[in-house]
Amino acid sequence: MTRPIRTLFFFVSAALLALAFWLSYSDLAPLGRNTSAYGDLVNSITVPQRHITDAVTAVNFDIRGFDTLGEEFILFASVLGVVLLMRRRSDDPMGDHEDKARGRIVPYPSDAVRVTALLLLSPMVLFGLYIVSHGQLTPGGGFQGGVVLSTAPLLFYLASTYPQFRAVTPPRLIEAAEAVGASAYIFIGGVCMALGGQFLENVLPLGKTGTLVSGGTVALIDLGVGLEVSAGFVLMMLVYLEELMEAKEQ
Amino acid sequence: MIAILEAGILIFVALAGTAVVLTRDAVAQAIVVSFYGLLLGIMFFVFQAPDVALSQITVGAVALPLMILLALARVKKHENDQTD
Amino acid sequence: MSYLPYAVAAWLFIIGLYGVITSRNLVHLCICVSVIQSSSYVLLLAIGYRTGRPAPVYADIPAGTPAVDPVVQALMLTDVVVEVTVMALLLALAVQVHKRLGTLDPDRLRKLRG
Repeated sequence: MTRPIRTLFFFVSAALLALAFWLSYSDLAPLGRNTSAYGDLVNSITVPQRHITDAVTAVNFDIRGFDTLGEEFILFASVLGVVLLMRRRSDDPMGDHEDKARGRIVPYPSDAVRVTALLLLSPMVLFGLYIVSHGQLTPGGGFQGGVVLSTAPLLFYLASTYPQFRAVTPPRLIEAAEAVGASAYIFIGGVCMALGGQFLENVLPLGKTGTLVSGGTVALIDLGVGLEVSAGFVLMMLVYLEELMEAKEQ
Repeated sequence: MIAILEAGILIFVALAGTAVVLTRDAVAQAIVVSFYGLLLGIMFFVFQAPDVALSQITVGAVALPLMILLALARVKKHENDQTD
Repeated sequence: MSYLPYAVAAWLFIIGLYGVITSRNLVHLCICVSVIQSSSYVLLLAIGYRTGRPAPVYADIPAGTPAVDPVVQALMLTDVVVEVTVMALLLALAVQVHKRLGTLDPDRLRKLRG
């Protein structure tokens, strides 16, 4: 099928698709007037029954915790897929690699870049840990804090050279951290079963609403998910950066 | 009746999505995608969804353009190696 | 006018699909797939929103006040995670295609058999 015929076929199909969208969306209520009994029920029970003030985290990790288990394993499997796809033919992790084009003289990062990156490094780590640990109190949680944490090694890479960056982020340690974070979710579910409840049921002491120690299993699951997401993203960036490297023997 | 702020941000999102598709050069598109991710984050904030806004800003404005630029740098480097 | 978010969701889907079909660069194609995915965010957001109610975070409002639907927002969170995983795998595949076949043009890919 040549390109003009394909484009013409697309326009005809797009018109039919727009008609289908119009017919189906006109049955929905206008913006702001949908009703949902499940949502209102969840809103009314998160604070009295679970002592959690962030309803979205309560839905994610407690009320529908089993679905989030599947979501974490989607992330884990995708990091695994990217690592497998980008694997170099010669397994030489610490060979003589240069992160520049052949024959180009790259200057050392300027002082302004280095000072800014190194000044932002510790507040970034602190902020990421804050978002991960306060998941059940304020908007945030394991996933958001994990992504913020994973940008800290990249700031370090901006301020230094590639061998120094590789020295700070050993791949074995990051792979181990990601595996520990992913299996912590299942381990906590097993602990709930051992304590007499069902898999991932919130049977730990619920604590006082509004403090860090509240919500039972949600606080622990947040930490495990934060570890897994940050390690997974750092590993993905390592693999993408590694793909750029030029081995000296080539 | 829909409020002015909500209608405005929705129209901005539609225009930015069109701009992402109509930018054919991949490097320029990475920057436009970052701006689009930020605009989506603002839309989530206006519609009272702060958790999702945090997620979208960290992922769509930082991690996604980073991956796109790294993939493009790899492709460019391979092309330079082949023409040497 | 109150059906504007649904129209925006349909428009983003169609324009993203147009970008996928008329693309000349595999990386541009991957980014248009992400635009198609963002149309589902707008749709879910519009379904969950309630006029005049605050966000479902009870840190400083009294417990039990009616708020925006939190279940749909949890669905949106999963959606964002799925988007970044799909994009990572698609970009890795595009890089491998370029490594093996030397081109990023979808039209030329049909002629080259590796």
